[in-house]
Amino acid sequence: MTRGIVTIAGYVPYRRLQRSEVAKVFGAGGGKGSRSVASHDEDTTTMGTEAARLALRTVPRDQVDALWFATATPAYLDKTNATTIHAALRCPASVPAFDFGGALRSGSGALAAALAGTGTNLVVMADQRDGLPTSTDESAGGDAAAAVVIGDGSADAPVIAELMGTASITDEFLDRWRTAGDRRSKTWEERFGETRYVPLGAAAWSAGLEAAGIEADSVDAVMVTGMHGRAAKAVTKALGVRSEAVADDLSSAVGQTGSAHVGLALASLLEQAKPGQIIAVVSLADGADVFILRTTEALEAWTPANSVADQVAAAADLPYGKFLSWRGMVTTEPPRRPEPQRVSSSAAWRNEEWKFAFVGSQDRSTGAVHLPPSRVSMDGGAVDDMTPVDRADSVGTIVTYTIDRMAYSPSPPIVFAVLDFEGGGRFPVELTDVDPDTVDIGQQVVMTFRRLFTADGIHDYFWKAKPVRGNAHTTAQD
Amino acid sequence: MASHGIKDRVAIVGMGCTRFAEHWDKSLDDLIVEASQDTFASAGVTKDDVDAYWFGTAQSGMSGVTLARPLQLEGKPVTRVENYCTTGSEALRAAAYAVASGAYDVAMAVGAEKVKDSGYQGLNAFPIPNDGTQRTLTAAAMFSMVAPAYAKKYGVSDDEMTEVLARISWKNHQNGARNPRAQFRKEVSTETICASPRVAGRLGVFDCAGVADGAAAAIVVRAEDAHKYTDTPVYIKALSFAAGSGSGLIDPGYDYTWFPECATAAEDAYKQAGITDPMAQLAMAEVHDCFTPTELVLMEDLGFAERGTAWREVLAGTFDRTGALPINPDGGLKSFGHPVGASGLRMFFEAWLQLRKEATPERQIDTDRTLALTHNLGGYPGEMVSFVSVVGTEWG
Repeated sequence: MTRGIVTIAGYVPYRRLQRSEVAKVFGAGGGKGSRSVASHDEDTTTMGTEAARLALRTVPRDQVDALWFATATPAYLDKTNATTIHAALRCPASVPAFDFGGALRSGSGALAAALAGTGTNLVVMADQRDGLPTSTDESAGGDAAAAVVIGDGSADAPVIAELMGTASITDEFLDRWRTAGDRRSKTWEERFGETRYVPLGAAAWSAGLEAAGIEADSVDAVMVTGMHGRAAKAVTKALGVRSEAVADDLSSAVGQTGSAHVGLALASLLEQAKPGQIIAVVSLADGADVFILRTTEALEAWTPANSVADQVAAAADLPYGKFLSWRGMVTTEPPRRPEPQRVSSSAAWRNEEWKFAFVGSQDRSTGAVHLPPSRVSMDGGAVDDMTPVDRADSVGTIVTYTIDRMAYSPSPPIVFAVLDFEGGGRFPVELTDVDPDTVDIGQQVVMTFRRLFTADGIHDYFWKAKPVRGNAHTTAQD
Repeated sequence: MASHGIKDRVAIVGMGCTRFAEHWDKSLDDLIVEASQDTFASAGVTKDDVDAYWFGTAQSGMSGVTLARPLQLEGKPVTRVENYCTTGSEALRAAAYAVASGAYDVAMAVGAEKVKDSGYQGLNAFPIPNDGTQRTLTAAAMFSMVAPAYAKKYGVSDDEMTEVLARISWKNHQNGARNPRAQFRKEVSTETICASPRVAGRLGVFDCAGVADGAAAAIVVRAEDAHKYTDTPVYIKALSFAAGSGSGLIDPGYDYTWFPECATAAEDAYKQAGITDPMAQLAMAEVHDCFTPTELVLMEDLGFAERGTAWREVLAGTFDRTGALPINPDGGLKSFGHPVGASGLRMFFEAWLQLRKEATPERQIDTDRTLALTHNLGGYPGEMVSFVSVVGTEWG
């Protein structure tokens, strides 16, 4: 069996910044098109979780042997971020979770390692690109995540794209850097990076084609990614592929999403590919990494849970002021309420399944669903006679709702709704990715993993609900 | 198993209540001393004559020492009580049961809250270490969900609901304006009420209870001893309490148009007091109008209107001070203010004044009925504690 991609999903947050908004405020900066913006309650861990949840809708999650998480902008240092994703996905404790942290190249690195390795690996990549107001990084960057299941395939989860060849060329040169704690990256003179990346990309591309045993003109779709926009364009031109094989690299609508972009690129290419086609990605970061794959017949039966194209389309613009506030570039007046206290580590650990995976309990005899789980049933009073019930993937219907303009929130007001879940259960919960004016009783929502707030450096991860958009969401089996 | 009640076994023989206000110049101790001294004087006793104390405060202090220190009580049994916003009522309930049990001859309930030292508007719950999955919503937001649910269920239009809620606020401000102890002493037009800035859902500033500092207290004795202290004791006819299991929050059967805990407590209280027709038997009622939709729904939970009809009664003026059943004649939480631990006792204080015809003439209810009801709740729709009492001036 050939190693390759078993399934893949991209996650693009709901909000967009129109780049033209920047110049309206500062008289400079910005540009054409838009960039994706993580919500104030998202970080690389939550976006990675959302991508992984989408990916695992199309393969049985018990086939995952390891979870790797790669990001240049980790929510925590020292503490592993992959364990949070691991908990949200309810992976068994025996499945190891590791971070590939810090560098932009960590995304392609994790992917290359998984392709070269054994077993079935869930590789999650995410990034949140910041820049000072008016900077190129601010406009050209984007926020996104991707999750790729790499393995040898199985009868119920076959490989949809088999690896033909990879190549990596490494070089030590300083084009872009950021020290720990800094919000912005710095870059050397643009021309220098370009003169390094162009030959590195070309060399890696040749090596990749050779490893795959193909010529450039047999490639059906290719994307060159990297934070150095000019270099990526120049490398693209030098690939020698058919002109129609150059795929949209998502930079105009989403932006360059750093350590996530190689995964997002592969997801986008596979969603558009037909069986038997050759797809390739070239990633430029401190060298160049090339991945060439051929789609299999199994691609025919594969349908993404929520395609990158659908997520790119289902977006809403964010005012530039909100963008700056969400990124911590400006501080707006908070509500006159006490800020939340830090989460208790021991309480969070005891309630891991509830807090991280939205697992309640169901009374065995009456079927009453308890969110959060309860030892004693609200219906009949049975004690310790419950089974865990997962509602993270259940569609909810809004029973009633309110807008709280006084409560503390990193981005007021809080939109809050009482939900009844398909399959049973009720929970009152905050809504996100929503315009308060569009909320209505009877509306359908899905759960999404978010960061509620941060206190004493501790991120409070829990679930919110967001409106069902398009026809992309389906209820997974319990 | 039964709720037997202590009808006519205990009497209130002295009460006191500070003005409820933003008392920037008064500490918790000041408020406690003021309400307690008034209460001792009202009953004609000293602190040493009181055998046991119950002190209600939600979060202004801990333990009985918070009362014993400012009053310099020596070796008395002093217990601190907390039960959300029903804290003050709970203090009285405990004191009354202590006397009814025969354990003590004279017991005192003091409720006090120093809310305005927090630096924030509104009430803020004491933070308990938790897993970070709890709601952080304000009480206003939780109660705001009642209005649209009620309107939808009973076919009340948006405009009608606006009028109903404004009418409740208008009425309570009318009452508070005439009460020297109330926090807000201004009449407010329904236009002003409707134009106030939104706080949560459709609720504006004038739909929300006033946030105030204050204290209130009561002294209770055995009913047969009552006339030793006063010619006009107020007898306890019913004390009822119901704590919800919190299942309303997670039970798809709950529809946010009523508070089951309140209906349960009311039913029990009426049984204890022998009340069969509250609209015909009660002289007045103090209810927990933390937000205007709360008062609306309570009119049905307490049996003052059939389900789905209270909004019409509100508009008809049934619950005005001069209506068939005056509700919150002292201004209620809305305009009297809501120092959490004191509010339950403040409700008893209004019943004490009105039943003894001691309210100032411009606000004294003109009635020959002798029974009054107080209703005090804490928590939120779906997760609530509720208290109902009935008191009266006739013994037996």
